[in-house]
Amino acid sequence: MTFDPAALRAQFPILARRVRGQPLHYLDSAATAQVPLAVLDAVRTHDAMHRANVHRGVHALAEEATQAYEAARGAVAGWLNVAPDEVIFTSGATAAINLVAQSWTRSLSPGDEILLTELEHHSNIVPWQLAAERQGLVLRALPATAEGRIDLAALPAMVGARTKLIAATHVSNVTGAVTDVAALVAAARSCGAKLLLDGSQRAPHGPLDIPALGADFYVFTGHKLYGPNGIGALWARREILAAMPPFLGGGEMIRRVTIERSTYADPPRRFEAGTPPIAQAIGLGAAIGFLSTLDWSAVAAHEMSLTQRLLDGLAADRRIRIFGPAGLQSRIGVVSFDMEGAHPHDICQILDARGVACRGGHHCAQPLMDRFDLAGTTRASIGIYNDASDIDALLDGLDEVARRLCA
Amino acid sequence: MTADDLYQAEIVARAKSGAGDSRLDPHDARATVDNPLCGDRVTLDLSLAAGHVVALGHRTRGCALCQAAAETLRRCAPGMAPSEAPAHREALAAYLAGRQDLPERLADFSAFAPVRSHPSRQGCVLLPFEAFIEAAAMVDPDRR
Repeated sequence: MTFDPAALRAQFPILARRVRGQPLHYLDSAATAQVPLAVLDAVRTHDAMHRANVHRGVHALAEEATQAYEAARGAVAGWLNVAPDEVIFTSGATAAINLVAQSWTRSLSPGDEILLTELEHHSNIVPWQLAAERQGLVLRALPATAEGRIDLAALPAMVGARTKLIAATHVSNVTGAVTDVAALVAAARSCGAKLLLDGSQRAPHGPLDIPALGADFYVFTGHKLYGPNGIGALWARREILAAMPPFLGGGEMIRRVTIERSTYADPPRRFEAGTPPIAQAIGLGAAIGFLSTLDWSAVAAHEMSLTQRLLDGLAADRRIRIFGPAGLQSRIGVVSFDMEGAHPHDICQILDARGVACRGGHHCAQPLMDRFDLAGTTRASIGIYNDASDIDALLDGLDEVARRLCA
Repeated sequence: MTADDLYQAEIVARAKSGAGDSRLDPHDARATVDNPLCGDRVTLDLSLAAGHVVALGHRTRGCALCQAAAETLRRCAPGMAPSEAPAHREALAAYLAGRQDLPERLADFSAFAPVRSHPSRQGCVLLPFEAFIEAAAMVDPDRR
């Protein structure tokens, strides 16, 4: 277990490149994190030496590919502290949520309720809307507080006998607020509902203990976890998965097929129709292997130090308003803000000219933007490879934004 | 291409002019469009006479490029026929894509030449035209 920020940066080749003639200061890891050499090498080695389909062939390459694919499942299970056969590979968190929304909800009845929150990414809203339209379900949403957290005070009034699922973000992709999962678990248990957590923003910030969290479903995506695009995972307890019907049909997910009907494989294969994203899964496994070598208490301290540096720098500018927790308590290094007189896209454009990569827009969280009466925010998000120079470059860039646009 | 090119003084000045509310009351047609990628919003009003735009007003919640484009359109629009709105939008899109020069009617949009190097920002410039097209489609056929 080690954590040497400078040595760590060297593991990410892209951080050595220049952008617009400037050193790259990548502060958009909440959108997509960069990949270390370990992931690049794993994907290349698979395609160069072991490329084959999984679970079907008996030749050496197929055996090797299958072994690597299932080892990646094991790595994901280890990251979540769950059993490998409870992990389903998907193309990402969006696909994982859609899987639950299209499969698990089949057992629900018209009038049953799904409780969301105003902080959700669109990927944890729209799939439920589609399911609700199909089955006559009712969607409700917990409001957001002014600090950008889920308003738990509203929880008792929002759950009841018809509540069948609470679907909430584990960490807001806009405000960086970490959800009080225990409160949601208690609310769900009080009415017999299930709890789905979108862990896309939490998973990159250290290993998890899902059984201790108490969620029933957990989803995350690989490209934010320093892994490839096109891979993610759904976790659910074995008995829940066993009761769920297939979502997508095709090869790999069956037990027996006749022209008239089919029977289906047990989970996880029941939910992995067709050839899966094999190289991507192996890359994700490599990412987790890489991350598992880090001292996560040191990483957390480093990320929080940078977050504090950023919050302090932003707070020093009276034109800037932060949308999210002002302190470090129950937050990660995802920081959204606006600057009076400057639009997020203009801010990001000027920052880009200085090699600073930030995200501007609604962050696929329009209900939260509506809550704050904004079209969008500027968001800086901190990853394991960032250092103080990245934060300072951002703050210097904001000075230029103010000079250009706010005069 | 640098921020100097994109945020030249003329664009910033037009953006500041376009940041206000120039909506028309009364108006013959009003449309509101959103950019689904960023949430920017343009509400655009048309006032017409003899089948042509007499005045165009707008309220733009958007970036500097979007506000500047809306303001430029406000200046260019008088004399345009509503039915020409889609053609004007295509002409500007083609200019931004580097496929053709601007027509005389849209000459003021030459200030946006630096946007040709930023494909991700071209939608910002075109958003007011999407609102123009929608508003034009709402005009009573007898008045087009």
